[in-house]
Order: sequence, then structure tokens, then C-alpha cells
Amino acid sequence: MEFLLSTGTPVEKFIVMGIAILLFVAVMALVLFLTDRPRMPQWITVLAFLGPAALLVVFGLVYPAIVTMINSFQGDSGRDWVGLSNYAEVFGSPALRVVLLNTLLWVLLVPLVSTAVGLVYAVLVDRTRFEKLAKTLVFLPMAISMVGASIIWKFVYDFKPTSQPQTGLANQLLVWLGFDSQQFLLTWPWNTFFLIAVMVWIQSGFAMTILSASIKAIPDDIIEAAKLDGVTNWQMFRSVTVPSIRPAVVVVVTTIAMATLKVFDIVFTMTGGNFDTSIVANEFYTRSFVRAETGIGATLAVLLFVMVIPIVVYNVRQMKLAEEQR
Amino acid sequence: MAASLGLAGVTLAACGGSGGSGGGEDVDEALASVDVSCEPYEQYGDLEGTTVGIYTSIVSPEDQAFIESFTPFEECTGVTVEYEGSRQFETQLPVRLEAGNAPDMAWVPQPGLVERIVNDFPDAVVPVGEQAEANVDEYYNESWKGYGTVDGTYYGAPLGANVKSFVWYAPAAFEENGYEIPETWDDMYALSEQIAADHPDAKPWCAGIESGNATGWPATDWLEDVMLRAAGPEVYDQWVAHEIPFDDPTVVDALNQVGTILKNPDMVNGGLGGVESIAVTPFGEAGLPILDRSCFLHRQASFYQANWPEGTNVAEDGDVFAFYLPGNDPEAQPVLVGGEFTMMFADRPEVKALQAYLASPEWSNAKAKVSPPGWVSANSGLDPANLKSPIDQLAYELLTDEATTIRFDGSDLMPAAIGTGSFWTGMTNWITGEDTESVLTMIENSWD
Amino acid sequence: MSQATTVPDVPGPAPTKSTGPRKLTKAEQRAVDAKTRLSSPWASVIAIVIAILWSVPTLGLFVTSFRPEIDIRTSGWWTFFGDPAVTWANYDAVLYGGSTNFIDVFVNTIVITLPAVIIPITLALLAAYAFAWLDFPGRNMLFVAVFALQIVPIQITMIPLLTQYNNWGIVGSFWPVWLSHTIFALPLAIFLLHNFMMDIPRSLIEAARVDGAGHVKIFFQVLLPLLVPAIAAFGIFQFLWVWNDLLVGLVFGSSPDVAPLTVRLADLTGTRGTAWHLLSAGAFVAMVVPVTVFLLLQRYFVRGLLAGGVKG
Repeated sequence: MEFLLSTGTPVEKFIVMGIAILLFVAVMALVLFLTDRPRMPQWITVLAFLGPAALLVVFGLVYPAIVTMINSFQGDSGRDWVGLSNYAEVFGSPALRVVLLNTLLWVLLVPLVSTAVGLVYAVLVDRTRFEKLAKTLVFLPMAISMVGASIIWKFVYDFKPTSQPQTGLANQLLVWLGFDSQQFLLTWPWNTFFLIAVMVWIQSGFAMTILSASIKAIPDDIIEAAKLDGVTNWQMFRSVTVPSIRPAVVVVVTTIAMATLKVFDIVFTMTGGNFDTSIVANEFYTRSFVRAETGIGATLAVLLFVMVIPIVVYNVRQMKLAEEQR
Repeated sequence: MAASLGLAGVTLAACGGSGGSGGGEDVDEALASVDVSCEPYEQYGDLEGTTVGIYTSIVSPEDQAFIESFTPFEECTGVTVEYEGSRQFETQLPVRLEAGNAPDMAWVPQPGLVERIVNDFPDAVVPVGEQAEANVDEYYNESWKGYGTVDGTYYGAPLGANVKSFVWYAPAAFEENGYEIPETWDDMYALSEQIAADHPDAKPWCAGIESGNATGWPATDWLEDVMLRAAGPEVYDQWVAHEIPFDDPTVVDALNQVGTILKNPDMVNGGLGGVESIAVTPFGEAGLPILDRSCFLHRQASFYQANWPEGTNVAEDGDVFAFYLPGNDPEAQPVLVGGEFTMMFADRPEVKALQAYLASPEWSNAKAKVSPPGWVSANSGLDPANLKSPIDQLAYELLTDEATTIRFDGSDLMPAAIGTGSFWTGMTNWITGEDTESVLTMIENSWD
Repeated sequence: MSQATTVPDVPGPAPTKSTGPRKLTKAEQRAVDAKTRLSSPWASVIAIVIAILWSVPTLGLFVTSFRPEIDIRTSGWWTFFGDPAVTWANYDAVLYGGSTNFIDVFVNTIVITLPAVIIPITLALLAAYAFAWLDFPGRNMLFVAVFALQIVPIQITMIPLLTQYNNWGIVGSFWPVWLSHTIFALPLAIFLLHNFMMDIPRSLIEAARVDGAGHVKIFFQVLLPLLVPAIAAFGIFQFLWVWNDLLVGLVFGSSPDVAPLTVRLADLTGTRGTAWHLLSAGAFVAMVVPVTVFLLLQRYFVRGLLAGGVKG
């Protein structure tokens, strides 16, 4: 036991890792073996398949979420009850209106633009000679950490006066074209759009990968039948490709929307939420951990939970549709 | 950053991957350069086989000198110091304490955070040990003890220090143009106007307050420095303690005075753009236009010397140097300072011994010897000859001179919601166009 | 990956696909393939523009990582091509500088990543199977709940989880990191894998059940082979997220002995200010493995095994 907790040489670490994986496999195998008997009541099977995941999620996510909801009715030290005053403060602050508007822009634009770019690109490069290289190029941003992405975009948006040598690519282009260099991150709402571009740049790779796999799964005979009907490329895209991968598109849009609601790194590292660029996730992080305003922070987290409801409702309806078609 | 990196490279070579806890040969080598006598360490007793974990905000490359400075202590007492630095220190320390996973010791860079930790986690904190307290009483100006004291109990012993009230300039540029180091604010302003008149292509000042999520802090230092001079230390104390409103008329006057430079398009922002460019210029790069004469003056702390590019000579007759930011009264020379404090979360002899060591002259001298320029402590037992640069020596003089009025960085003393929150954002909004009164009123309203 | 059998616009009952048109010859197949592209010149232009927009910023970072620090500050990376000044100093500092050994953090990242990919995907597959193919009361409600849990920010879980890990005495080892990554991955993994699983025709499962196969047998023998592309697709993203994660490693690692690469890279930025030259080199060092894995796994995306399996 002591050995499993200590961390020594690289070899020991790999051994501990191997033990962890084997242990996991052994436990799961045992559970499935014990429950996989004929005439076992259904609920035991459900428990065996669902139980481990459910247990972890309740412990690691549901419980903290409930604690957070309770915290949102408490003061910053987390011991005294303050009723709805955190909510009043959040909704009473004029700054929050901009934060909410920005969040709305993010959660609408990022999933739609990333998915559109990913889809178009996946279709365009599908079955071309350069497919692998082309897909790797768009995938690359996914492989870079958020910190890395923020540096990359610093070298795009960086500002120097027009007369000085530029270090930001975007401003260099402006100067070459004869314009003055611009402070991209200073003026609302443009700064929010420029930050959104960073997230779109990252997430398009995700959309492209999943949708590309989906396109490849469209059975050849469907395409073939359409070909025999003599459809144009555009008609093929609109009436065969898109409907065929519609469920995958919904999944991608939903996943990116969720990720967008939660992402705070980009705003946090690029503007720190200044110049009216803050979004709820960034505001939540700053209030909770930088400013030690845990009550307000918890309230903003609850706001995040509420904002996800439309996405959930939309997905439930999509699921019902899919269920009916099954 | 370049200069300190260069030096860190050198020390690294001597310490190649020992992982901080020190292994045989490396220790001997480092020891040779630090101190060989174990005599001063006998007071800590035999701590063979014990380990102290410290958690700090100081990361690579600045951490190397700290790790090395423990070597004589580790060698002579047998204790192992495990150093862990994190850029996320300020957010992670409260999380760890809340979860019951406290480090043995933490280095807290703000008295405000010391106070918050003591108030929020009364069961986790351990008061400063007797030995360390005796060192502080003997070697430190009284005010340093005050910063680490919460409700009469002493919790935070001083570690390093820095002096904020400096204006960086290029001595050669001053000489060529016949400029004199100003002794009062008015002289400095007149000099600025002179520079603006003489150099239509440049601006007298350059400034930058961008610092990621901490954007705005250099501007809070500006306001604090001017408050300290224009309103005096007593009013400054009242303002920091919120005994007068944040938007008191004295503060409005002080911020407007800062505005005569920072928000004056004739004064800023040399080589970097207009007034607004201050908000988006990283503070570390803001002073660099001094080197190519796009600007002439840059107000920033003593630690800024680490930000000059590699090879820059920091000296009174070198490429860059700094002078004391003057006030209206040349006699009173109040100094705005910053620094870190050691806090204990484990009541063990070896942790207490380390805290005492860190407050001792032995450590300050050992640290000064292995540090690149840009480090100084307020320990009066520190031999200034061990300090690496004339700026550090100047800072040390100011820090230890009994006659100087010393005040700690106000935003570090205020509650986090103000000091690391609305004060920062308020100053950023002020730079980007909001007027003085509404900014100060906003900060006042956020302080409940 | 997609609704192979439920494509709405296609006439005829879906499961009868195997009775569809005859198999194409290789030549015919190629002809179809060629026409499948939106092969107008405009299509090529759009694809090239996207490819350039998406890769030029990364190229900038790559070039930057080889430039001397002072050049990075004073001129744009594109000036490099007119006046190339190459330095290895940035990579040198990233690989050999700092207080931790690079090999150690690299090992730590690998040791963290493998279980943090394998365990959540396995658990999520089992859970997704239950949601897709087992009937039990409250199934849909429960699924929606799990799905909605994606929104829980990791930050709010830090204190409750760390408290428990501390009580169990496992803080400072790899276990809290593995456990935390598993927990945070589950909602999205279950959601995505469930969607992939729903695409598998009911008839296949029912046929197996008629043959007397139990759920475990159906899961391993019928479903798993069909899900290889889905698992590869999700696997690569889970891999990326864990590999690039900073927060979980920082909070739940909480010991230099288990700290991953990202924690070390984040600290490279220095205590004051930002060392762009080190960060750009560091970002590339960290990228090498994920990109390699993507290239290796790409062959699983090329041909939909799922569709192939369906067609029998």
C-alpha cells in the first residue's frame, strides 16, 4: 500500500500506473462476471454497468454542485446565511449586463462558427490527396494547450504604434495595407469578437475530426444512389451529407457550446476580463479564487448551471426525435 | 527577465538537476560558494532526517537562488527543504488550507493575504516561533513586524523586500541633454515638460499596466506612491485601513496628480502608443523604450532590473539606473515597499528552525550571494556588499535607514476583493478613459 | 458514427441495406470517390484559405520558438525569413532549465495520461450501454442529468474533492489525479459514446439476444468492435485534454513528484512578467506527443468501421 502511494523513480511510477490499470480492469471484470448470470434481475445488471460511473459522478460532481448552490446563499466566509443578497448583487451590477451579453455572444458564435468551419472543411478535404495533411493542420490548434494558444494569439493581436516595427501579425497586415495599427483587445464589442476567434480557432479541429469521421460513415450506396440521380455537389452536400450526419452535428454543437460556457482561460490570460471582455466563467473564477468572494463566485456558478438549461432542453428534444426514428 | 535568466543559467549549471533538495556533490560545490562554517547553525539543533515543505509564489528561474540559499542550512542541520513554487499560489493556498492539505510553510507576498488566512483558517495557522521573532525584533524595522501581526498575534515573518518608489532612466540620455535628477515632484514635472519640448519624436514617460489577470497593479502603485507623498503617511494609513472613504478628496487629488502624467497625451506613452496603450502594454516591457530613447522615465520597483535585456548595464553611469520618485517636500522621503512573509502551518521544530533561519542575517547574506540582481531584504544584518547591483544597495539603504518613513504597498494590505479586484480593474478603467471620481466611487462602493 | 440506418432522406427501409445495389468494382468506386468532392475551384480556394488561417498562427509560434528573446520583443516573427537568427537557447532552457528534471515531468504526464484515458472511457462505455440498451425506470431522466453535469466547472469541485483525498491519505500520489480526471471526463464521455451507440441498429442487438447472449457478451462481442472509430475519436480528445490539462494537475497533483509537464511549463513564464521565448518553445515540446498520437490514430477515422460492420 505504501508503495502505491509513494512516487519514486520513473520505473516505479510506471509500475504503479500498471497496477492501477490492472486493478481497475480486475475490479470491473469481477463486477461484470458476478452480475452476468442468467435470471439475474435487470436492476443488478443496470447497477453493474452504470454503478461505477454514477458513483464517481455523484461524489465528484453532484455533491460539489449542491455545495455550491448552498454557498450561493452564504457570505464570503461561507458560514453566515445572507439569503438572496448575492443574487441581488450579481443582477444589480451594471457590469454584469455586459458579461451576460458577452457570454451570449460566445455561446452562440463559437459553436456555430466552429461547427460550420469544421463541417465545410471536412467535406472539402474528404477523399482528396492531401486529406491527412490538411486535417492535421486544422487539428493542430486542438493539440496546443490554452496557455500556448494565448501566446500564439498575442503574436497576432499585439499592438505597436504604426511607426514602430510590428510584432503582431494582424497589425503588420494593416500597416502593409496602409492603415494604422489597431488595439484589437481594447474596444468593445470588437475585442470580444477577437477573443471568440481564438476559441473558434481551437474548437474547429474538434468539429472537423468528429464530423469527418461521420461523413466517412455515410454508406456508399446512399451517395451512389444520389449520383445516379445526377445531383450537383451542392445538392449532395445539402440533401445527403448534412441530413446523414445531422445527429453528429447536434452532438458537436452541444459539446462545443458546453465547453464554451465553461472556458475561462482565454479571457483570463488575454485580457484578464478587462475592457468589458469578461464572460460568466471568467467572472466566476476571478471572484471565487482571486478576489476571495466565494458567495458571489458560487452565485455565478449557479448562473452557469442555469444557462445550460436551454442546451439540455434542445438535446432532450433531439433525443426524442432520434428515439422515434429508431 | 533576460539578465536574471542568464545568471540562473550559470547557477543551474552548478546545480544541474539536483531537484532542489540537494544531492552530495552539488551541495559541496554550492557550499563552497556560500558559507562553510556550521557554527551559526548550531542554534537550530540536530534536525537530521526531517523534511520541511514550503509552498511559494516564486517560480523558475527566480526560485533557483532560493533553493541554493538553503544549502548551508540543510547541510549543517540535516533537514531537507522541499521547495514547491506555483504561479497559482495565491489561489491555491486557500484551497489547500480549506481541504486540510496545508504545506508546512508558505511564503505569502501580501500582508492582506496573511490576515485573510489567519481569519479564515484560525486552526491551520501557527504563530511565528520565538527564535524567529527574536531575529525579527533584532534585525528588522518595527513596521515589518506590524505587517505580519493579526489581532496582536505574530503570524508572518519577513522574507524578501523590494522598494517601489523608483523612477528608471538612462543616465547617458540625461547627461547628453544636461538633465538633472529632480528633487521634487514639481521639478520632475518641469523636467518632463522640458523633455517633451526637446524631443518631439519621443515622450517623457512610458508606462504599462498589463499583467494578465492582475492587470492594473502598476497603476495602483502609482496612486499609492503619490498618496503617500501628497497626503502624508497618516492619511495614507487611514485610506488603506478604510478609515476614510476610498474616494476621499485627498485621494481624488492624488489620482488627478497621477493623471497629469499617466493620462496626459503629451507625457505618455513613449514608443508604445497613446494613453490607452498603457492598459495593454505588459508591465515587464513597458520600460524598455528607455533604451532606444523613445521615452526617458519609467516608474517601477527595484525588481524591474531583472526585466532589462541581457547585457544591460544597471549602474549610475551605465545604460539604465533609477532615482527616488520625489514628492513635494524634498525633506520627507517616504518609501513604498513590498515583500513576502513566511507563515507556518505545522508546529514542528524543523519548520520553526527554517522560519528562524529565513529571518536571520545568515540567510539574507547567503541569499544575496547566490541571487541575480533584483533581490534585497530588509534585514539589517545583511551586508550590502553582498548585493549584486547598485539599485539593490540603494533599495537596501532606504529599507534599513531608521529615518525613512516606510509604508507597505496599500493594495497588498487591502481585502482581496479590493486590493486584487476592484482597485486593479478601477485603475485599468481609469486609464482607458473613465474619470477619476467615478472610478474611486466604484471602488469605494465595492468595499463593504 | 452517424445514423447509418436512420438517414431520413433515403427511401426504403434502412435495415435492408445489404440487399442494396451490387458491390462496386475498384474502378467504379474511384470514379464515385472523385465526384464526391465539391470539386469546384471555389471549393479548393475555401479549403486552402481555411488551412492557411488555421496554421499560420501556429507557424508563427514555431518560428518564434527559435528566435532570440530580444528579437521576439522587438520585431515580428515573419521578419525571421528575411533575417534568420536561430537559437536553441529557448529549447535548452525548457528542457534543462528550471528546478525539475524534464524527464521526470514527461514521465509524470505519461503516467497520468494513460489511466486517465483508459479508465473513464471504459466506465463511460459501460454506462452508455446501460443508457442505450438496458430498460430501467428513470433512464432518460438520469441520462439527461449526467449530460447536464458537463457544465459543472472543475473549480467548484476542488475543495470538496481535495478534502476527501486528504482524509483518505492519498494526497501527493497519482491516485487523486487519475480519479479526478476520470470524474471530470465521465459526463461528456457518456454523452458522446451514448450517441455513437444509439447509431447501432437495434436488429443487431436483438439478433444477438435471440441467440441467447447476455449483456456482457453483447457488449464485448457485438458492440465494442463496431465502436472502434468512436472510441478512437473520443480517445484522442480525452488524451489531448488530459495531456494539456493544467488545473487538475496543479490542484490534485499538489506535489512536485507528480506534477505534469503543463505545470512545469506554466512556471516557465517566470515570477514576474511573461517569458514568451520560453513559453513558445515549451508549447511545442508539449505538442509533439499529441500530434503524433493524432497521426497514429487517424487511420481509424479513414474508413467508418461502423458502417462497414452494419453492411455486413
